[in-house]
Amino acid sequence: MIQFEQCILENGLRVLVHPDKSTPMAVVNVLYDVGAKDENPEKTGFAHLFEHLMFGGSINIPSYDEPLQIAGGENNAFTTNDLTNYYCQLPADNIETAFWLESDRMLSLAFGKKSLDVQRKVVCEEFKEHYINKPYGDVWHKMRELAYTTHPYRWMTIGASLKHVEDATLEDVKSFFFKHYTPCNAILVVAGNVEFNHVKLLAEKWFGPIPSGERYQRSLPIEPEQKSARHLEVKSGVPLDALIKCWHMSSRMDERYYTFDLISDILSGGGSSRLFQTLVKEKQLFSSIDCYHYGSTEPGLMTIEGKVVKGVDIREAEKALMEELKHLQQNGISELELEKVKNKAESSMAFEDMSLMNRASSLAMYENLGDANLINTELSKYQAVTAEQIKTQSQWLFRDENCSTMYYLSEN
Amino acid sequence: MNRKTAPSIKDAVEYQLLLKPIEKNILDNGIEVYSIHAGAQEVIQLELVYFAGNQFETKKSVAAATNFLLKNGTSKRSALEINEAFEYYGGYCNRACYNETSTITLHSLTKHLSKLLPIVQDMVSDSIFPENELAIYKQNSKQRLSVNLQKCEFVANRMIDSYLYGASHPYGKYTEAIDIDEITIEDCKAFYQNHYLNGSRPIIFISGSLPADYLKMLNEHFGSLSVKPEPFYLEPIQQQPAADRKYRIENDPNGVQGAIRIAAPFPSRKHPDFKRVGVLNTLFGGYFGSRLMSNIREDKGYTYGIYSYIQNHIHETAWMISTEVGRDVADLAINEVYLEMKKLREELVDEDELMLVRNYMIGGILGDLDGPFQIMAKWKNIILNSMDEHYFYDSVNIIKTITAEDIRSLANVYLEPENFYELIVY
Repeated sequence: MIQFEQCILENGLRVLVHPDKSTPMAVVNVLYDVGAKDENPEKTGFAHLFEHLMFGGSINIPSYDEPLQIAGGENNAFTTNDLTNYYCQLPADNIETAFWLESDRMLSLAFGKKSLDVQRKVVCEEFKEHYINKPYGDVWHKMRELAYTTHPYRWMTIGASLKHVEDATLEDVKSFFFKHYTPCNAILVVAGNVEFNHVKLLAEKWFGPIPSGERYQRSLPIEPEQKSARHLEVKSGVPLDALIKCWHMSSRMDERYYTFDLISDILSGGGSSRLFQTLVKEKQLFSSIDCYHYGSTEPGLMTIEGKVVKGVDIREAEKALMEELKHLQQNGISELELEKVKNKAESSMAFEDMSLMNRASSLAMYENLGDANLINTELSKYQAVTAEQIKTQSQWLFRDENCSTMYYLSEN
Repeated sequence: MNRKTAPSIKDAVEYQLLLKPIEKNILDNGIEVYSIHAGAQEVIQLELVYFAGNQFETKKSVAAATNFLLKNGTSKRSALEINEAFEYYGGYCNRACYNETSTITLHSLTKHLSKLLPIVQDMVSDSIFPENELAIYKQNSKQRLSVNLQKCEFVANRMIDSYLYGASHPYGKYTEAIDIDEITIEDCKAFYQNHYLNGSRPIIFISGSLPADYLKMLNEHFGSLSVKPEPFYLEPIQQQPAADRKYRIENDPNGVQGAIRIAAPFPSRKHPDFKRVGVLNTLFGGYFGSRLMSNIREDKGYTYGIYSYIQNHIHETAWMISTEVGRDVADLAINEVYLEMKKLREELVDEDELMLVRNYMIGGILGDLDGPFQIMAKWKNIILNSMDEHYFYDSVNIIKTITAEDIRSLANVYLEPENFYELIVY
């Protein structure tokens, strides 16, 4: 049970506090309800580029990192298609330093030209390092464009192209900031060796005076239901053929989400999972295979991705994979196998909750989904999933017309 | 309220850092068990450390293959049955092979530990190395290797180590496809026999929320393993560093970045300068605000990240600078690295920056001591290097007291460009 208390400041900032007296540290986590899905299709990669600029100095404080490091702290941030999250950890005695820094950059950035010039380059190098200069690095660029025709999950958080990042202007930066980086679009979580009342006072002192801003009303284009199977064949200088298949699944808050999550574990959640055992070990058609999804807020993709053993025809490998899925759709699973994936869900949650930083960011993400207490109630939702639901939902999920398939083939 | 002035802080250097003491027990056969009982979550991490790393193999890649296959069949259980047994109880069993040691690690909910220990016992006392399991391992390892060899950073990491230590030294050797082809079942069985069944006795590290009878359980499952009575002793192996210092490798003609590695030999953890250089390294390239990061990323935008670190080895080691940079600016970036070395050799670091580094490092240690697994990680390092808790307290003390003059004189000894190997893989 993760204990926490919450309140809302007058300007709309949601504040959650999770005290843990066993540590001398505190974590301050600020989540902004903005991600790559909120970008203009002509200016993608912006939410993430913006995350970099948040470290380039704020209106009253020239550097974010230095004062935090002087206070014995460290920090980082990440951007997804759904949200942007900033977190720092420091000795609890120095927690006011984090309030000072985080509130100033919520108040306003410095909007320096140098920071934009440099971070554009840094992000371009990040783009190259992770998505260009790597075998199979562009798989997800292509896959998103294949699986989504309309919804902004069509592009990656790093951006649809280097050019979009290179073209970002200071004007773009400013308007993005004042639209999204406001108290009413943010969630503050403070965890560690802290008291609720003290945190509340500090929040009122530092964040309270920031103008509320307008609540961003999200109206994203809806992805039309996929009516027929899609295929894409790519040839590249990679050593092995790769097979990637995606099916549209539910949103994060849909009750079926837990069933889908367990389906991915049944298929590839470890050495005894179905796809690994049959396709890698017994039939030796794939040298590796994974089934996963990103738990995205809006309807996401269930993905199966495997590298085909050299010399095996990718079609033959795909056929065997489809037989496995069919087997699940027709015969479902035993109570024992269901028990196994539920036990795994229980233990992975327990391990995740060990770290204070994880507890703080989980609270923020659950609050952003609409209910921070999911951190305590999710396990029971997994436990309520039945074998029948696994069977029914796998029939719905793994329909041919719901599928996008990519053959990423070796030229060699 | 004045937003321009920082709130007052407690300097992290004022903290008295305490490393939670470790409990040591001995099983019937002499195996040492180190335990940390702490944490709010009902979870456990158990690690068996064997002296069965790649320095003990007579044929390349046999140590890693043997370690991997521990989980792939015993006379009682098939690979599938082993996996099912762990996974049914939500347990994770991993293994890893390093230079001196190899490990088997179990993560388990406390309530299920007793169900999972028999399987671990089985793996370390009764593995049978089925022929088809090795065949699959070889095939998949070779395929993974072929993908990795396309990555400039992977190639750079292998090559720089081979220059530093020599390609036949445990720290410098690397695997090629042909080495994988040549591994046989007999090799694995012999290695298992010599280094697991009859090797130096392993060390057990267990941490988390431990059940009252955990020692009894460990003794039952591991207290009668047949192991050599004497403790481990690791002989250093002669290094054969390369004569040439400067290398350029063309690996990917279409690549848009170069992987840069700049590295120099460095004494072992036991050398008196080791802990002091820890501070210099942090300042130089060991954290986000470091000289290298501030210059090469935050000022020039040449890279997404640049770091320096001392490699984590038991014997003589190396000081490494590592980054991936735009192809057209690789040489410029290397120049800047040497310029930053020069500055540290010539100029005294000012007190503000030094204080920042002290606070950052102490704050980091304070954060690192959060949770039983992390406390154990500190202890494991101490024990495997045959040291005691003074290592921890001395390190903390040095962070608090080292002077700008000390830093400059260390830079003059260790940050001389002629000591460094330099490599770019394009």
